[in-house]
Amino acid sequence: MEEMNQYLSIFIDEANEHLQSLNENMLRLEQQPEDIDIVQVIFRSAHTLKGMSATMGFEDLASLTHEMENVLDLVRNGKLSMNGNIFDTLFKGLDSLEGMIQDVVNGGTGKADVGELVQRLKAIVSGDSAGSGPASSKSSDLSASLLLDQFQQSVLMQSLESGHSAYYIEVAVREDCVLKAARAYMVFDVLERNGEVVKSHPSVQDIEQEKFDRSFSVYYITRMDEEALKEQISRVSEIESVRLNVIDKSSLAEMARAENEAPAAPNAAQREAAAASTAPAAAQPATSENAAPRSAPAAGSAAPRTIRVDIERLDSLMNLFSEMLIDRVRLEQLASEIRRGDLTETVEHMARVSSDLQNIVLKLRMVPIDSVFNRFPRMVRDLAKSLNKKVDLVISGAETELDRTVIDEIGDPLVHLIRNAVDHGIESIEDRLAAGKPEIGTVHLRAYHSGNHVFIEIEEDGRGIHRDKVLATAVKRGVVTPEAAKALTDDEVNMLIFAAGFSTADKVSDISGRGVGLDVVKAKISSLGGHVSVTSAPGKGTTFSIQLPLTLSIIAAMLVKLGSEKYAFPLSSIVETSTVKRDQIRSLHGTNIVEYRQSVIPVLSLAQLVDSPDYRDAEETETEMLVIRKGDKLAAVLVDEFIGQSEIVLKTLGKYLKNLDLVSGATILGDGQVALIIDPNALIK
Amino acid sequence: MAEELKVIVFTLANEEYGIEVDKVRYIERMLPITRVPKTPSFVKGVINLRGVVVPVIDLRGRFGLAETEPTESSRIIIVAANDMEIGFIVDSANDVSDVMSDSIEVPPEVVGGVKAKYLSGVAKLDENRLLILLNLTEVLNRSEIIQLEQFGSES
Repeated sequence: MEEMNQYLSIFIDEANEHLQSLNENMLRLEQQPEDIDIVQVIFRSAHTLKGMSATMGFEDLASLTHEMENVLDLVRNGKLSMNGNIFDTLFKGLDSLEGMIQDVVNGGTGKADVGELVQRLKAIVSGDSAGSGPASSKSSDLSASLLLDQFQQSVLMQSLESGHSAYYIEVAVREDCVLKAARAYMVFDVLERNGEVVKSHPSVQDIEQEKFDRSFSVYYITRMDEEALKEQISRVSEIESVRLNVIDKSSLAEMARAENEAPAAPNAAQREAAAASTAPAAAQPATSENAAPRSAPAAGSAAPRTIRVDIERLDSLMNLFSEMLIDRVRLEQLASEIRRGDLTETVEHMARVSSDLQNIVLKLRMVPIDSVFNRFPRMVRDLAKSLNKKVDLVISGAETELDRTVIDEIGDPLVHLIRNAVDHGIESIEDRLAAGKPEIGTVHLRAYHSGNHVFIEIEEDGRGIHRDKVLATAVKRGVVTPEAAKALTDDEVNMLIFAAGFSTADKVSDISGRGVGLDVVKAKISSLGGHVSVTSAPGKGTTFSIQLPLTLSIIAAMLVKLGSEKYAFPLSSIVETSTVKRDQIRSLHGTNIVEYRQSVIPVLSLAQLVDSPDYRDAEETETEMLVIRKGDKLAAVLVDEFIGQSEIVLKTLGKYLKNLDLVSGATILGDGQVALIIDPNALIK
Repeated sequence: MAEELKVIVFTLANEEYGIEVDKVRYIERMLPITRVPKTPSFVKGVINLRGVVVPVIDLRGRFGLAETEPTESSRIIIVAANDMEIGFIVDSANDVSDVMSDSIEVPPEVVGGVKAKYLSGVAKLDENRLLILLNLTEVLNRSEIIQLEQFGSES
């Protein structure tokens, strides 16, 4: 059972990947319906998905994919051209597949009523090109016969000459066999232990992926005798039959002749006959039984060399590494005290190695946000279609990397915000034209790094948020009192839409008005340690901006001293370190400011912010200053003294002290003391 | 059936208190504490407990008793409850006692200046020794801290 679960999680991961690829490529194909290359890619994904589903016993998944594959097969062979109906049916099919896989994810059986879709797909196959479909697939079966090329023939010939035996072996698995690929693998295992497989049909790769019906055949060289070989193979369970045919020099010669004739008459049946004559009785049943499997596409099998790792293992790797890093800092400090050349050298080397290691460990957990973004083009397409709107989704920064845990959680809030943008933000075509806007609305989805955070923005050029409307609703729902409402700034009014139980939609549509408000979005983002904000201009559009922590466990930081205390600033948000004279700081409407590179930026006193017990910068004539950045806003932070840069391990302050305003975490310094990490984003409002 | 309960005994302003043994992770001598700004005054800060950052609160301050400077006998008791680890600064901790469950009584409204809601009971150790048992869930309740946080951020 344990093992089955393991297969299941692999199945789910891969099925999702294939679904994603299907969706993406279908969208691409919709733009360029004539591009057969795209169809090929889609076909291959569908084919693999079918095989996987069948292996795992998800029959509805497999049968639906099978029908979709049939349609695609006609298209890629030029027997059918794509049209709106086919696109819609295939997209519906993908949705249905997604639903089934989701059901499997949730522990279900992946069953669904696919009858209607299957009928529609079948109608497409038969209606538009009756007869040609099945015929073409049949011929492709036959053409995949087991012919040896010249090299393989010469290998066989040489083996025979050197005293080995050559066999043509055909193995059939039992009909009720659950894991055909596994049985086949075991057969191959037996074969490879005792000799060499020269050629197999279907290819080893296809067999591994279970792209065969019930039997497969190989040309095989070995020193074993026929009986022993047969017995060994038969010992693999769930094998129905094993047939061996000895190949001698004369049959090889015949085969070579047949090969030469074949190109002249590229008729599949004839070639089959040629092959059959060399391995009499063997190839024949193989083809008659093998009516179903088509020649599997070989391309696209250059799989990326990756392995899947349980995220918990990565977490413990990271924890162990953090422990080591603390010791490294401690060692560095000890070495600098002891001052022994060879010790210092060793510690330095260790430091270099560990910083390389650190980079790798950190990267392991980072995933491009593309894995979340990639589902949105499809979603926006469907949404726009159902709402009779025209919407362009422009994605940028999809390569931005985020910690895996954040990636896993951020999907739902984004779906909600994008649905919101398309449903409530973008106006109907008539309204847009009436307002003198282009017919097609645009939704920008952006991601970028800034400081220790990743920002995700959703910007649309729709109707914008109307202050009066929001306020009226907020007052009506009791979110604010009428008196308080008057005093609110525009930004504060905009934030009201995140209040619990708030919805400005005049009518509840099934798109975003599901009774789940933006308050849920806000709560989710907060739980990830992020913030969400909104800016809007009536008639021009609305921008939602989400700020998320990278949740890197190790960051580069600037350590500063403040009297007796030490604090760390993430290096990523520091623009510059410098000094400022007291008289350069001026007061403007109660805010301290300083000139910085031809502009004026606010000055913050860290001592004041943290209520330092023993340091006041007001007493200094010249003060150390950190210039920090959040987005395009800058601020200067006055500190006592710079200690220097260091790699620090981020530690939380524990649940008891969560949600602190100014402090994002803590770290343990080389001397064992705890230093707090200042959150620069809390300093710049 | 009376059950035997093992408790760690510590003192706070001349009263004896008890925490169940299985809630106590370690008892430490005073460690350097890093102050955490913008927290209630009884939150003394955080310590480095063998690589883990653990918040520390002064139990005197938490109960509204007068806070004193730590002494030689001051201890930090690290407890694990409510899914978190936290250190309590106490005047001293030096004893493990067995308490019979039938000797535990409902605490009066205020014991030794500590409100009853922070206590789970009072046990009689012998003729003239009373042991006050802590209600850790309530002591570690963050709602009061959250109130303080909100109060702090609005001011």
